[in-house]
Amino acid sequence: MEHFANLFVRAVFLENMALAFFLGMCSFLACSKKVETALGLGVAVVFVQVLTVPLNNLILRYLLAEGALGWISPAFASIDLTFLAFILFISTIAAAVQVVEMAIERFAPGLYSTLGVFLPLIAVNCVILAGSLFMQERDYTFAESVVFGAGSGLGFAIAIVAMAAVREKMRYSHVPDGLKGLGITFVTAGLMSLAFMMFSGIQL
Amino acid sequence: MSMLDTAWSPAARKTLLTPILANNPIAVQVLGICSALAVTTRMDKAIVMGIGVTLVAMLANLAVSLVRNHTPNSIRIIVQLAIIASLVIMVDQILKAYLYELSLELSVFVGLIITNCIVMGRAEGYAMQNPPWPSLLDGVGNGLGYALVLILVAFVRELTGAGKVLGFTVLPLAQDGGWYVGNGLMLLAPSALFIVALLIWALRTWMPELQEKD
Repeated sequence: MEHFANLFVRAVFLENMALAFFLGMCSFLACSKKVETALGLGVAVVFVQVLTVPLNNLILRYLLAEGALGWISPAFASIDLTFLAFILFISTIAAAVQVVEMAIERFAPGLYSTLGVFLPLIAVNCVILAGSLFMQERDYTFAESVVFGAGSGLGFAIAIVAMAAVREKMRYSHVPDGLKGLGITFVTAGLMSLAFMMFSGIQL
Repeated sequence: MSMLDTAWSPAARKTLLTPILANNPIAVQVLGICSALAVTTRMDKAIVMGIGVTLVAMLANLAVSLVRNHTPNSIRIIVQLAIIASLVIMVDQILKAYLYELSLELSVFVGLIITNCIVMGRAEGYAMQNPPWPSLLDGVGNGLGYALVLILVAFVRELTGAGKVLGFTVLPLAQDGGWYVGNGLMLLAPSALFIVALLIWALRTWMPELQEKD
């Protein structure tokens, strides 16, 4: 249990997708003008991340890894398809996002109106693909991949909501002309990233 | 007009050159920052990453443009993703074969070229409407624009952080008996954001028409 809690805290704070690895920066900058939109995107990312990281974990374990195809026939036991991971991961993500979008539209129209616009955007969000790639690189088990998916998604959500809150306040400050908009957002993200570095070294 | 004249017409040159500076993908279009910043602690990483993105952007634009008239609109994104992902797999395999050490250090960031908004954005925004040759030039231009920012940021970070350029010591560090005290912040993640912010500031002061109104 302690191992999972540790993994979760690491994924949320220490290895924060947005502020430690700069992943998902495009949507991090584009969708953080208002807290409401940021929250919508954040929730959608957590949702998709919890779904796709374990899904890709199963694909990797039972289709791609060396010897994984052994369950079909012993003749396939020596096949290593890991080089196909990129294309299969991104297809799974695109398909999963599509299915989730249709399911939400059908069963929860209220949720769809707040989350729906973000879902197609998320298919090509680096955070989602990075979650699966980190899972592959670090060789997580299925249970670990669920925890890591939830943690990394939540970390991104926290970062983007905090960023949006700062940017809403920033509207009232005097920013040099050349730094307006994009420039000052980068500086803010840098300062936030600096603040998140204080979590480094935390061990549960 | 011969083939060569068409290929190097002023319009073609403009397609190639504008994205490098005036319409830089990172500083102006705000694309592809995702994977840009984490690989800039050392120049060799930045250069390899820049070459990788340029290659993928060039070939993806070419391929997307070649099939643009046969792609149904409703499945175009998945077609683009499939093309880009296959190209990235190639880059990854080549890196693993010839530059294994570096490929370990770049870890997931090579794979993340797939979701790099520059590649996707140019395929969707340019290659879908334009013939193959200009699309190819557009891909190269945007890839080089991206590489330029990456290499600039990496140059500053490596020089001020570790006193080196491309692994060669330029400023001898104090702990090795030299005179330069390395700036540890430059080796940490936040510094990349500050440097990009300064680059944007400089670019927008130089070209005031790029400034945002609030």
